[in-house]
Amino acid sequence: MTAKDIDMPAPVSRMPSSLRAVRNIAVFLMRSPPSAFGLIVVAVLVATAVFAPLIAPYSPYAQNLTNVLQPPGNGHLFGTDELGRDIFSRLVWGSRITLTIIFLVSIVVGPIGLIVGTTSGYFGGRFDTLMMRITDIFLSFPSLILALAFVAALGPSLNNAIIAIALTAWPPIARLARAETMTFRKADYIAAARLQGASPMRIIVKSIMPMCLPSVMIRLTLNMATVILTAAGLGFLGLGAQPPMPEWGAMIATGRRYMIDSWWLVTFPGIAILSVSLAFNLLGDGLRDALDPKQMNRR
Amino acid sequence: MLKNRIRVWSLSSHLGSIAATLVGLLVLTFAIGRFMPADPARAMVGEDASREVYEQAVRDLGLDRPVWQQFLHYLGDVFTGNFGHSIRTGRPVIEDIIHVMPATIELATFAILIGAGLGIPLGIAAAVNKDRWQDHLVRVFSLFGHSMPIFWTGMIALIVFYAHLGWVGGSGRMSQFYIGMVPSRTGFLLIDSLLAGQPEVFWSALNHLILPASLLGYSSSAYITRMTRSFMLDQLSQEYMTTARVKGLSRRQTIWRHAFINIRVQLVTIVALAYGSLLEGAVLIETVFAWPGFGQYLTSNLIIGDMNAVMTCVLIVGVIFIGLNLLSDVLYRLFDPRTK
Repeated sequence: MTAKDIDMPAPVSRMPSSLRAVRNIAVFLMRSPPSAFGLIVVAVLVATAVFAPLIAPYSPYAQNLTNVLQPPGNGHLFGTDELGRDIFSRLVWGSRITLTIIFLVSIVVGPIGLIVGTTSGYFGGRFDTLMMRITDIFLSFPSLILALAFVAALGPSLNNAIIAIALTAWPPIARLARAETMTFRKADYIAAARLQGASPMRIIVKSIMPMCLPSVMIRLTLNMATVILTAAGLGFLGLGAQPPMPEWGAMIATGRRYMIDSWWLVTFPGIAILSVSLAFNLLGDGLRDALDPKQMNRR
Repeated sequence: MLKNRIRVWSLSSHLGSIAATLVGLLVLTFAIGRFMPADPARAMVGEDASREVYEQAVRDLGLDRPVWQQFLHYLGDVFTGNFGHSIRTGRPVIEDIIHVMPATIELATFAILIGAGLGIPLGIAAAVNKDRWQDHLVRVFSLFGHSMPIFWTGMIALIVFYAHLGWVGGSGRMSQFYIGMVPSRTGFLLIDSLLAGQPEVFWSALNHLILPASLLGYSSSAYITRMTRSFMLDQLSQEYMTTARVKGLSRRQTIWRHAFINIRVQLVTIVALAYGSLLEGAVLIETVFAWPGFGQYLTSNLIIGDMNAVMTCVLIVGVIFIGLNLLSDVLYRLFDPRTK
């Protein structure tokens, strides 16, 4: 920013600055087709979840045993399942479950990762070694296997699946926040804050965490694709959402028995999972370009 | 002299950190197995057991002793290879795992051959043609591999290639018809069938292997492609590439004789790590394809809540991961002249 920019009068806009930033990012994302696709799919997902009762023509639980395993068409866009339930309606209601999982995991994982990463990066020394050793242990498992272990111990249910995924998803965030913290721990403005008598806690919360936020947000978005796949995998193995909940992975698991003759039972939930996880991957890539040009080529 | 001392020091600190990770791993599996809400003694004796039976079970499992004693006991068991018995099969867990492991290794090895064979050339092609259509195509291809739920792709592939086209065998490791025809010597069906001189069984096994291995390979190629591309881009932007071109080498020669040689070590590391991650995909794909391997053993024990077997499986996965990390580190040190 040059001096000229600062002297300029504030733009005539009634939007608060944070909203304006969101709008700018959205405009940037819409410019490249892949991230525009990601943004649109995620927007559709959110809209579907919010307006599920208006969009779904049937109740996701309404059975009709005279009308089972009907192929797509005939008043059922995606056909019916083995109990005569409308698959389209179940997919629409399932979007709420997917969003709930993503939301809950992110609000648990983001803060934990941020706190662990920034404190260990800021304090360094023994504390840092210990915390990083703990993250290493978690990172030494593929996330699905560790989530399986937690669910096995806690018992299969949607809530436990969410807890298990959250327990396995924080280490990469912590790693990232630590790396970011290390880069500006020695910065002058931190030293200035310390000289003013700010406590470590205050420095971490007020000066370091905001600096880590953009990269943590990008990482969380990219993580959401993995979270969706892990949740669907748990649902598929019968360890996540339990029937008759219209969770997409669980729908595929029940549809599996009929898949050779009734392909629509497994096909549509799978397409839903694939497009949402693809969308979050594309959106995360786009956000990385939008918020953090220096990270463009980093994985 | 000093150099040597630094190397010894760095190696020993490396081993120390591995040991620490290993102990942490044991603490984690111990904690999950003992402190999660499910009551192991109750699970063993059932809901209707009398108070005496239940307390006997608690004493048998050592749950009445202090936590640190329990943990030391657990450590002792692990280091003497005593992982307890599986409730489902009634045999020692470790024997079960040794029995099912070859099926998974066979699957994963084929998968990694496909994954690396696909991922490395694609990654190089994408890097060489950066920002052209080839690059975009490869990016879409690898993003799909990264985003697909592998259990679903497995089912769709079964519907298409097995049920409709009949190109490949269905689920299991071989046709029902051949089961029991080949004595198990190594556990690797492809090797066993050749040793027994049964080419039909070999073809049947290969026919059943190819579809799950391709899917797993595709999903790991996503990661390999991405990393190969970024390693290659790093090399291509170096000045020595220009020098080599100025010297008169063709573009193809600079890519294969210079850049590729320099990323070899990094590629080996990446492929080793991808090999480990295949275990994750194997859990799901083995369920879809009824593949009698490690993944299926793990999930079938999960469903009945056999914690002994589950935690041993988890521990083994962790150890395999640490081992692969160590291996890739050692390879790095051996082959990268800069670390000398």
